[in-house]
Amino acid sequence: MEILMAFVIGILFMSATYLMLSKSLLRIIVGTGLLSHGAHLLILTMGGLKRGSAPLLGEHAKNYTDPLPQALILTAIVISFGVTAFFLVLAYRAYQELGTDNVEEMKGTEPND
Amino acid sequence: MSFLHLAILSPLIYSLFMIFFKKFHRIHTGWFILPLPILLFIYFLSFLPVTSNQKMVTETFNWIPSLGINFTAKADGLSLLFALLITGIGALVVFYSIYYLDRMKEKLPSFYVYLLLFMGAMLGVVLSDNLIVMYAFWELTSFSSFLLIGYWYGREQSRYGAQKSMLITVFGGLAMLGGIILLYIMTRTFSISEIAAESHSIWGNSLFIPALLCILLGAFTKSAQFPFYIWLPDAMEAPTPVSAYLHSATMVKAGIYLVARFTPVFGDSGVWFWLVSGIGLITLTWGSIFAAKQTDLKGILAFSTVSQLGLIMSLLGVGSAALHYADLDENIYIVAVSAAIFHLINHATFKGSLFMAVGIIDHETGTRDIRKLGGLMTFMPITFTVSIIGAFSMAGIPPFNGFLSKEMFFTGMVRVTEMDLFHLETWGILFPVIAWVASVFTFVYSMILIFKTFTGNVQLEKLDRQPHEAPLGMLIPPVILVSLVVIFGLFPNLLSDSLISPAMAEILPGLLGAGEEFTVHISSWHGFTIEVFMTLGVVILGIILYRTFPKWKTLYSKIPERMSLFRLYDQLVEGAQSGSYKLTKSFMTGSIHSYLVYIFAFFIFILTATLIGKGALKVDTGNVSAIGIYEWILALFVAAGAISILFVKSRMTSIILLGAVGYTVSLFYVLFRAPDLALTQLVIETISVALFLVCFYHLPKLRKYETRIRFKLTNALISIGVGAVVTVMALSAHSNKLFDSISKYYVENTYEKAAGKNMVNVILVDFRGFDTLFEITVLAIASLGIYGMIKLRGNRRKEG
Repeated sequence: MEILMAFVIGILFMSATYLMLSKSLLRIIVGTGLLSHGAHLLILTMGGLKRGSAPLLGEHAKNYTDPLPQALILTAIVISFGVTAFFLVLAYRAYQELGTDNVEEMKGTEPND
Repeated sequence: MSFLHLAILSPLIYSLFMIFFKKFHRIHTGWFILPLPILLFIYFLSFLPVTSNQKMVTETFNWIPSLGINFTAKADGLSLLFALLITGIGALVVFYSIYYLDRMKEKLPSFYVYLLLFMGAMLGVVLSDNLIVMYAFWELTSFSSFLLIGYWYGREQSRYGAQKSMLITVFGGLAMLGGIILLYIMTRTFSISEIAAESHSIWGNSLFIPALLCILLGAFTKSAQFPFYIWLPDAMEAPTPVSAYLHSATMVKAGIYLVARFTPVFGDSGVWFWLVSGIGLITLTWGSIFAAKQTDLKGILAFSTVSQLGLIMSLLGVGSAALHYADLDENIYIVAVSAAIFHLINHATFKGSLFMAVGIIDHETGTRDIRKLGGLMTFMPITFTVSIIGAFSMAGIPPFNGFLSKEMFFTGMVRVTEMDLFHLETWGILFPVIAWVASVFTFVYSMILIFKTFTGNVQLEKLDRQPHEAPLGMLIPPVILVSLVVIFGLFPNLLSDSLISPAMAEILPGLLGAGEEFTVHISSWHGFTIEVFMTLGVVILGIILYRTFPKWKTLYSKIPERMSLFRLYDQLVEGAQSGSYKLTKSFMTGSIHSYLVYIFAFFIFILTATLIGKGALKVDTGNVSAIGIYEWILALFVAAGAISILFVKSRMTSIILLGAVGYTVSLFYVLFRAPDLALTQLVIETISVALFLVCFYHLPKLRKYETRIRFKLTNALISIGVGAVVTVMALSAHSNKLFDSISKYYVENTYEKAAGKNMVNVILVDFRGFDTLFEITVLAIASLGIYGMIKLRGNRRKEG
């Protein structure tokens, strides 16, 4: 399972990178969304998959899955949500002010040129 | 803090009082400055009885003892010689500047602050025994010289000259610092006398030659040796008192001092001999040839300074060979060292007077161009007398002191042919020949300097002012200097026991037994030796060359332009500027895409290199969990979703696909027994998609900006690389488990200690509650930021 997940994560990272390298602002933000999915799954996978039941003591199981990566991911999800929301509004405002969502056109001009 | 320290620092301290002197408008500020160098000169004279008995005065003032950096002031024969030059000529220059610089027109306080700064720094250089302290003063001389050259900062040429001298001397100074540090690594001390005392232990050390080269680089740049002499002619933009003081008598001799000081350390090495004497000879010849070409009086003097410094340098190089012959009685090579010191003194006297004379001509006629000058003899008889004595001494004509030191120079060079080390059996003959050729040119430019200026026809129409003799005060310092030229020429042995012999003892220690001292006897006539004929040849050929100068002058226009190092320097500076501009411009494109490409490319490169380099590439299938049908389906779904986002053209589809991937990920969380994660992911994904949709309503249609195939190909390659590296890294990390998880503790204590059953939640709010606190902060900041962005709109709209 971990090997399969490694490939899935690789594909997520690949798509995210490709999107982030594009010129459209919206595609870049979609890319960051994919990237965070990849990162979360990577944390989970590295903690080991399916080593017991869910981390709830009420289960009375012999083995539980590792709770620590889950706590870390939970924090990460919330943070990435906050950042994504901020970026989206930033993109929206940038488009309103500048009239473009092409990052190549957002370059400042050098004063000396 | 002893009195000696105070003497070194007194110019620096004294300069602080300049604000008080400024108040006396009616009195020229220079009068307030003048007593200081005179007092210092007298103070340093009081050391003469001590140093002439081969003793020295050492005073230590603790500065940074923990690093071995203490302000150790040491006055010995060599230091004292320089200290007397600095303060003596300093006093004359200050006196001269009182009449040279106008009280009303010039910014005198800054001039004298810089000059005092320089004087103190120079005294510090020659009187410090600690190398770090010496380096600090060394850089202060560069710095104050920069300020003085750029004194008339309104002029473009002044700024150019100041910058050039700064760049070159600081370059050398930094190299010297490197050499000092290398010496420290070898000897564990910064004290010059301690390093010299144990110099034999560092011979053969692998750092010996690098240290030698670094120190020499410092000396050569400061003393304007080939090819670093190029800053000196441009430093002539400084006021003439500055040129006389810094660029003929003192600062340019700091490099000479350094070479003399380090001769006991490095002198035994063949590299030292060849570099110092070879570069010295090249500088001597080159400088003398190009001096004859100049049309500006100060230009001639600048090149002649370069040339004379080369002469002294080559003598020091040849003199270092004396360290090879331990026997004092038959050591005929030490004459080179005594010649170097004698000429050092002589050069300071005649060059100082010549600069002052040129300053007078400039001051009284308004030009320094020899093509405009001529026939000034009758207008300025005293200046003419001063100049002719100075120039004849420079050319090496009896009975002036330059003649004596030139004879000794020839003696030293001729004796090189008798040496039997460093391949001198074959190459030694070049030394006297080159030296002789250079002396011929020295004669030629000295004659040009005199006769083009003072004889011939007066061209009054070309002069700004009616020429007349300078005021008395302006004439006194050069007259004093030329009197010294004559006195030292007639009674050369005045100096030999008091100054030259003690200085030699410092340059060539170890040659003397206890109680012995060098006997220097300079006589103006020593029979029909080869040196006399060489001088005779110089004079005869010099006169012929001077007479025919207009005929062969055109030769210069053919050679120099191509061989000029000035052009090379300009191109170097310009090239460095435009080159770095182009370099920066080539990768700092301002495009976020290129920066991301660099970042990802480095990510790929560094991680791949590390994984391979550390041998971490490993796939261990033993520790994996089973894959069920659901996992396969979800995996395929995520992969398909992620890839198809790349190809969709509509923004709606891409947002929905992103949502689909998110939901699938939450299904993964379900499969992997993470209920809290699944819940959060579902909710967040929903909100995110909603947000995307809200924004999407305002954003334009998803346009395909990337049209070029090369652009797409680069992106594809980089992204495939990133994906592959992440996969490989995940596999390798999974296969290289080093130790167990710490989660056992959480499992065991969630209920016992924290009274909860949901382990994830207990970790979030109890075991690791701080994470949560700041994650809440992040959300708060994000929402405030969003609020701010929407509510607080700048004034741009209104203004527009």
